[in-house]
Amino acid sequence: MVRVKLWGSLRALADGEEWVEVEASNFKELLDALAEKYPGLKPQIKRGVSLALDGVIYREAWFTKIGPENEVILMPYMVGG
Amino acid sequence: MAFDAQAERNFKVVGTRVTRPDGIDKVTGKAAYGADVSAPGMLHGRILRSPHAHARIVSIDTSAAKALTGVKAVVTGTDLAQPEDEAFADVAINCLARDKVLYDGHAVAAVAATSKAIAKQAIRLIKVNYEKLPHVTDVDEAMKPDAPVVQEGRALETVPAGMSQNVTTHCQFGHGDLEAGFAKADKIIERSFKTAATHQGYIEPQACMASLGSDGRGEVWCCTQGQYMVRANCAAALGVEESQLRITASEIGGGFGGKTSTFIEPVALALSRKAGKPVKIVMTRDEVLKATGPTISTSMDIKIGMTKDGRITAARGELRYSGGAYPNATVDMGAQAAFAAYDLEAVETVGWNAMTNRPKEIPYRAPGAPTAIYAVESVVDELCQELGLDPLDVRLMNAARKGTRSSYGPTFNEIGLVATLEAAKAHPHYTAPLGPNQGRGLSCGFWFNFGGNTCVSLNINDDGTIGVVEGNPDIGGSRASISMMAAEELGVPYDKVRTVIADTSSLGFNDITDGSRVTFAVGLATIEAARAAIKEMCRRVAKIWDIDEEAVIWEDGCAKPAGPNAGTHPPMTLAEIAAIAGKTGGPIAGHHEVNADGAGVSFGVHLCDTEVDRETGAVKILRYTVFQDAGKAVHPDYVEGQMQGGAVQGIGWALNEEYIYGEDGRLQNAGFLDYRVPVASDLPPIETVILEIPNPGHPYGVRGVGETPIVPPLAAVSNAVSRAAGVRMTELPMSPPRLLKAMTG
Amino acid sequence: MKTIPVETTINGDSAEFLCHADESLLDVLRDRLGLTGAKEGCGTGDCGACSVMLNGRVVCSCLVLGVEAQGAEVETIEGMANGEELHPLQRIFLEEAALQCGVCTPGILVAAKALLEKNPDPTDTELRYWLAGNLCRCTGYDKIIKAVQTAAAEMRSA
Ligand code: FES
Ligand code: FES
Repeated sequence: MVRVKLWGSLRALADGEEWVEVEASNFKELLDALAEKYPGLKPQIKRGVSLALDGVIYREAWFTKIGPENEVILMPYMVGG
Repeated sequence: MAFDAQAERNFKVVGTRVTRPDGIDKVTGKAAYGADVSAPGMLHGRILRSPHAHARIVSIDTSAAKALTGVKAVVTGTDLAQPEDEAFADVAINCLARDKVLYDGHAVAAVAATSKAIAKQAIRLIKVNYEKLPHVTDVDEAMKPDAPVVQEGRALETVPAGMSQNVTTHCQFGHGDLEAGFAKADKIIERSFKTAATHQGYIEPQACMASLGSDGRGEVWCCTQGQYMVRANCAAALGVEESQLRITASEIGGGFGGKTSTFIEPVALALSRKAGKPVKIVMTRDEVLKATGPTISTSMDIKIGMTKDGRITAARGELRYSGGAYPNATVDMGAQAAFAAYDLEAVETVGWNAMTNRPKEIPYRAPGAPTAIYAVESVVDELCQELGLDPLDVRLMNAARKGTRSSYGPTFNEIGLVATLEAAKAHPHYTAPLGPNQGRGLSCGFWFNFGGNTCVSLNINDDGTIGVVEGNPDIGGSRASISMMAAEELGVPYDKVRTVIADTSSLGFNDITDGSRVTFAVGLATIEAARAAIKEMCRRVAKIWDIDEEAVIWEDGCAKPAGPNAGTHPPMTLAEIAAIAGKTGGPIAGHHEVNADGAGVSFGVHLCDTEVDRETGAVKILRYTVFQDAGKAVHPDYVEGQMQGGAVQGIGWALNEEYIYGEDGRLQNAGFLDYRVPVASDLPPIETVILEIPNPGHPYGVRGVGETPIVPPLAAVSNAVSRAAGVRMTELPMSPPRLLKAMTG
Repeated sequence: MKTIPVETTINGDSAEFLCHADESLLDVLRDRLGLTGAKEGCGTGDCGACSVMLNGRVVCSCLVLGVEAQGAEVETIEGMANGEELHPLQRIFLEEAALQCGVCTPGILVAAKALLEKNPDPTDTELRYWLAGNLCRCTGYDKIIKAVQTAAAEMRSA
């Protein structure tokens, strides 16, 4: 199981939870599991999300390994100038 | 790819100040920018734009324009495809409106003619019948439930029901118990702020030359921050396949985020397809200001609580951004960045985006961050003033550091904020005396930075020189930095390497030049490509020496035997290996394709001294110093240049730059005379202090540097002016009339 | 519209062209003579990217008519280097990284050279006011001012 932190405005779409737990060993599995458990998150996941793994931000990277020991934070997809 | 294990790498090329490869062309006028090319038989395109802020297009009559001698094609919105993807559809509709015009300057039709003069005359002959609609240009007005609706049905699922349809985005970040935090505070300040939209202000207007055949095959030459982005937008807007479009990026005369979208290329292609000739379009400055990317305009509320010794107990921000007539997520970035410099137990940021009848927002350096951090840093400064505390000590006391849970969620790794603050504190600028009507301001700044999709191909030429092919337009010396990293890794002199920028048909996909990604991500891919070439060279040499591959190492530009069974072969230089490549297995090259991550956040601190003129409200910047963590400065001159340029853009934002709309919703200052960017005589020298706290996510420790410098100036200048004037300023820009009014009450 | 024949001198060479009465010198240089070193940043005299010398004075070529070049001496960025040899300003702009995107550079070089010919030892303030009509959005002007001063010092000692 990995614990994922959702940002505030997503919580309403995930039964009000700040931290949710899903079974996943990489980002792709994590996103799939989130979309399945909380269908309300699907549109945001489809638009794109970033993930911070132990403080490092990843914009995509499906196959990045994650485990219960990692800090995993969901973030909006980042854009720059 | 992680920071190299070697404890202290002794760089030979990286960190030196070499001359850039495109330099001679740029000081002699030879460099070819967007508007500098022409083709045989070329036509001149020109675009007709809406004079209304918001109107329905009832009909367009192009017959008189078409009948004019010399006019070869006329197009309107219906000549472009309607892409299914919302983002592509927004770009297409923004290039040529369909049913409605959404802002003053929105394109409605275009012509191609044999001369500029005829094209100009022809667009005046196009008759557009508009039905004017009520408009809204202010973000707070646009959020009211009864506001005129800019576009319907664009709200995301995160927006609560019952709001104006203009509200498209809602986001919220943070952690901790706000109520308990504010209860612990000795002093709470709550303030509202407003900032005007500003433009990236690149000196080169958008320009392109395009040609498209009836077989769907096309070529575009244009100034852009991303040729692959232009290809995708054009393919979607024209309904052609990406493989059939070849986009070449010209030299680019500034971008700062403003050239990360397309405005004219699809139009030029559509005209060319109709006319059967190449079409060149060059925007005027008036068009650039009216129809290309300004940044967001904002309205913000910030509340911060502090103990009397300076510890922040709780902080809350509410940001209302408008990104013009289309939805956008810039407020997400602002809301995440707002409190990033602080280690906070309780923090919340709420963000909203509302559509207004203004041009489509296009990213501008660190999009979303400068305004939010301006508001936060203003309130922190006011708390320091009220509590009689030193503003630098208070920042140090509350600074985010390794292990801090950031206000946007993740826990920080190695970051350079404390070191940057300490450098500012130790600098003579911080303690220099001030005179009457003078004030000193300071602000922290932050940007995320990121990597992105990158391809690099590196060729070992038969004379021992190196060709690097990359896919990101060079805005401020990146070809030099890339060549330096290739030279460093291969162990050859810098001048043996030439880096060129590929067109879209010559190299795989690359993300746009944005988010300060090029030195980081392209550099990383270049280093990996060099390593691949080195591996191949070592393999060839192992065969020549008839020893194991592992027994050959690469050092100082040579293959050398190493280890117990390697024997005593004399080293072979890169040039020697290259010269016989044909005999040892063929040409030698390395390439690398990656979606790079691990860019590493970057912090900066700016110090600013100002003097205010009590009679006119004019502000003079007396002294300005920029401190920033660059991870590793590959070419210190260009790192300093980014810091100085960003700081001055921020000074412009703070003091003068602003989109001014009239009651009629029309832009009143679409020219450099009235949209006033800083000029040389407005400014003192901009001092820079580069800190190098290596980024663990890059083999040389590089962090992006281009975005962070525009973040702190808004608050640094505002805090300095507020202290000099003796009145807290809460609106940008602090133009003379506005400051005068604040001072005289 | 009829075109008008114009005889002029550009970078020391005699040149002839035809242009319309309302055509700017900038358009003539760029579109008719292929001299694209001068840039159009605004077309209204506000950015200086189009700076050239006309009879020894710096002008915004977007505000000068092509026909005004009749009988005049025009100097552009293309004439600043002497063959392979860069003018000190050009060389020092490169050495000191006084350009990023470089689109303002031709205009700034032309304007700076004109100043140093009149005033070989300007103060920073004089220099900043002289260049106030030349916008640069990339550099914040700092390295530009320093590079012009380095070049001025070198030219004085030459
Ligand atoms: S183009 Fe002539 S001054 Fe700007
Ligand atoms: S270097 Fe880009 S405008 Fe001056």
